[in-house]
Amino acid sequence: MANTTSTPVSADSNLTARALREGFYAGLISLGLFVLFVGLKTDQNILNELILVQRWGLLAIFVAVAAVGRFAMVAYIRPFMERQKVTNLVTGLLPDSVATRFFKLPVFIAAAVIGLGLMIFGGTISASISPTAGAYLSLIRGAAVVYTLASVFFYFRAYIVANFSMLAIIALILYPPVILALTGVQGSLKWVDNFGVQILIYVMLAWGLNIVVGLAGLLDLGYVAFYAVGAYSYALLSSYFGLSFWILLPLAGILAAFWGMILGFPVLRLKGDYLAIVTLAFGEIIRLVLINWTEVTKGTFGVSGIPKATLFGIKFDASKDGFAALMGLPMSSAYYKIFLFYLILALALLTAFVSIRLRRMPIGRAWEALREDEIACRSLGINTVTTKLTAFSIGAMFGGFAGSFFAVRQGFVSPESFVFLESAIILAIVVLGGMGSLVGIAVAAAVMIGGTELLREMSLLKQIFGEDFTPELYRMLLFGIAMIVVMVWKPRGFVGSREPTAFLRERKSVSGSFTKEGHG
Amino acid sequence: MEYFVQQLVNGLTLGSIYGLIAIGYTMVYGIIGMVNFAHGDIFMLGGFSALIVYLLLLSVFGGIPIALALFVMIIVAMLMTGLWNWVIEKMAYRPLRGSFRLAPLITAIGMSIALSNFIQVTQGPRNKPIPSMVSSVYEVFGISISLKQIIIVLVTAVLLTIFWYIVNHTPLGRAQRATEQDRKMAALLGIDVDKTISITFVMGAALAAVAGTMYLMYYGVIVFTDGFTPGVKAFTAAVLGGIGSLPGAVLGGIMIGLIESLWSAYFTIDYKDVATFSILAVVLIFKPSGILGRPEVEKV
Repeated sequence: MANTTSTPVSADSNLTARALREGFYAGLISLGLFVLFVGLKTDQNILNELILVQRWGLLAIFVAVAAVGRFAMVAYIRPFMERQKVTNLVTGLLPDSVATRFFKLPVFIAAAVIGLGLMIFGGTISASISPTAGAYLSLIRGAAVVYTLASVFFYFRAYIVANFSMLAIIALILYPPVILALTGVQGSLKWVDNFGVQILIYVMLAWGLNIVVGLAGLLDLGYVAFYAVGAYSYALLSSYFGLSFWILLPLAGILAAFWGMILGFPVLRLKGDYLAIVTLAFGEIIRLVLINWTEVTKGTFGVSGIPKATLFGIKFDASKDGFAALMGLPMSSAYYKIFLFYLILALALLTAFVSIRLRRMPIGRAWEALREDEIACRSLGINTVTTKLTAFSIGAMFGGFAGSFFAVRQGFVSPESFVFLESAIILAIVVLGGMGSLVGIAVAAAVMIGGTELLREMSLLKQIFGEDFTPELYRMLLFGIAMIVVMVWKPRGFVGSREPTAFLRERKSVSGSFTKEGHG
Repeated sequence: MEYFVQQLVNGLTLGSIYGLIAIGYTMVYGIIGMVNFAHGDIFMLGGFSALIVYLLLLSVFGGIPIALALFVMIIVAMLMTGLWNWVIEKMAYRPLRGSFRLAPLITAIGMSIALSNFIQVTQGPRNKPIPSMVSSVYEVFGISISLKQIIIVLVTAVLLTIFWYIVNHTPLGRAQRATEQDRKMAALLGIDVDKTISITFVMGAALAAVAGTMYLMYYGVIVFTDGFTPGVKAFTAAVLGGIGSLPGAVLGGIMIGLIESLWSAYFTIDYKDVATFSILAVVLIFKPSGILGRPEVEKV
């Protein structure tokens, strides 16, 4: 008995001692890591010579954050997580989850009222106060809106999870009009273009790559090549031959599919990492050719002045028979952006529809069989050559569609847009979302791309860190860190379950860990 | 003929740098079967450590003998990147060991993005030029060989000898080879597998740091994006030589260096990377296990 009563006390002091020790080590290690890179900065003086600028204060902050963070992790967060798994002795229930404690009804009502109030009166209030306070006000408004939406999601999670696809499609269709109503014609530009269209392009690319990586299990690190082929086919064919977007969209897809076949053919024998490195090499080759073949592609200057798309021959410009004039609306580029939004939404949904239907066809089953076990697949008489080539070319085709859409949206293409980083981002979205799960991939694209885009909006950070602080600079740093954190936290992606297409009696979701990742 | 030999010398120098980086790829791949995409950025980090140490030495001591400065730069850069790679392995790769194959690849790509942007944020996005550290050039039979090239090839050769000795003739090397062959069996025989893998990462990073220092000395400039292209080429070298094989990595590195300098000398310099990657593709298509690699036997 004596033993049981004394254990918690000694465990407690042990824990604190251990936490202190680990915090100390963490501080020491981070001192070692950051002393050269954070403590000193190389800078150029007036004579263009490199000099060192000392920043010991910043280094101290880094070290302190690491030490305190590690201490809190060992002393409080980990024990808390452990306690969450232990049932109460009296009631026999698990303690309330963090989410139930976080989302409380009174707080929800308060947040909804504050968010709504600031949405309506925010403009008048911020006009009469200093910009700093205004920035804080917009932060509060943002937090309240996010909390309200998150609570709604939390309370209706069962319904939302069950009908996610339908709800998401309805929400996306309603998104432009709602944004138009909330922010006005000019204000909607940013939300429809930077968030809507940008995220949907990545959703489409990731769904296209999912056919190659998620279904057929072929690791492709050069997917951006097909995106580039699509974009340049539209840019060059429209500027040299004056063909319209609606003719070139399918053509770009076909050309990209053709390239998928050409690049797929030599790599048929390769597996796993070898396949990855060769596809990476092909992606780089296509980019280098685009840079150096200046007679046709204009090299690093890129192709500019790419014609816009039209809607049944109606142009989106200021002319008399342009879209705005015909509809009796004031002229604004926002309508073109909204048109592009619906266009990419339609293209993305087409990608999803085709990959869902293909999965149930013999070819889709062959892809999944190939992913699970290539040798067994071949022994059962499946032609692995055609199986791999169709996966490559169909995946490439959607990359080509997305590419020609990208060209028409930007009005400008240059090799800068098709670097390896883009391939890495698309692959990361596919894996983070959960390979093979379309919903998970869409969520991952929204979180990763939308999250980094949101950083541009953080004007508050400028108020805190000074005017020369540019949040955009931290976008890719945070993107990289987020990739690591999500992968370590959920190696199987956001959506950890898969729906097999072949089943006995009833359809059931299985854990993602049952699916293989393929070896080639 | 002299022109040709001159290009061979240049290619050998470049290839030594690629070879040093390629060893890190090949060792990590050999021991845990993962492509450490962040390795190129570790190389860049090594170059930056050397740069900062050099500036620090200049500002503290003024004129310092260049040989001593280089020595200090190499040692500090090795320690620095060794520590970084140790932490990276512990935080980003170890939790995913035993998970499916793509998971560590994705964290490695994320780590590569994070590292290069970390340097961009903390050190600024501009090129960092330094005045030429070593400038003597010797004329031998009409070929000009700079002292830089001699240093690079010598340092590479010395390090490779040390490294070859460690891997083949020490208990540590034995543990590494055992872990590479069969991790579970090695653990059963009393080898601390986690520690061995950590040491492998630290060793690979240290060699990349040397390569980074040499790169800085050779070109006299470094920028935060410099990890990517040498990284991909070194990986290409590792694959070309047969991934998992140490002599293969060096051989592959030298081959890539030679291809690059000969192609730039006789054809157009614009397409030198296209040539490198095309040769990689061709080699892999006809001999997927690389030049010195063992063919992969698939058991059913």
